[in-house]
Amino acid sequence: MAEKKLALIATKGSLDWAYPPFILSSTAAALGYEVQIFCTFYGLALLRKKMDLKVTSLGNPGMPMPMPMPVLLQALPGMQSMMTVMMKQKMKSKGVASLEELRELCLEADVKMIACQMTVDLFEFSPSDFIDGIEYGGAATFFEFAGDSDVCLFV
Amino acid sequence: MADFDQELDASGLNCPLPILRAKKTLNGMSSGEVLHIIATDPGAVKDFEAFAKQTGNELQESREEGGKFYFLMKKG
Repeated sequence: MAEKKLALIATKGSLDWAYPPFILSSTAAALGYEVQIFCTFYGLALLRKKMDLKVTSLGNPGMPMPMPMPVLLQALPGMQSMMTVMMKQKMKSKGVASLEELRELCLEADVKMIACQMTVDLFEFSPSDFIDGIEYGGAATFFEFAGDSDVCLFV
Repeated sequence: MADFDQELDASGLNCPLPILRAKKTLNGMSSGEVLHIIATDPGAVKDFEAFAKQTGNELQESREEGGKFYFLMKKG
């Protein structure tokens, strides 16, 4: 069986949106795919040593809430941290893997992670902010792999 | 009940962990050996079918009993 390729662009840095790239990458790797994730803008948060990602209901009317809550209340200080704690507890109780665990599984499975150099410079990150073993590149680097990919997704 | 060489209890784990754990366990097994997997994630039923189809391993059995799902996966 020839090795298939999955190319992902990860652009989001919230707790909930960090899941799709890591779930798809780890699963694809288990199915025998060669995988690359190109992390740009807020997707760079997926590469930070300590991810510490948050979830917010603001600007996200689709998020199921335990109780109805006016938007202004959702914007109060501490609400984001509280929602993040609640979401993490819920995930744990449902047997959903932590992001740290999924990222580790991706790295073990040789999923290649690329930090977008332009946005690394834009946000003034340093390589020491990121985990070891990642690469740096630009749009052309992405296309070098994505051009030959079987599945290509923008998350 | 059919024979198996190794067992993996993925009870309580959710997508994609049962698949990832199964893959990891299969990596350490020899071709022809059979892995018995126990899971509670209902999504695992379709996922193990799809996994077998794409990886060349053989899903010999898939059954539900008392809210748990049992699979026999023969390494290809």
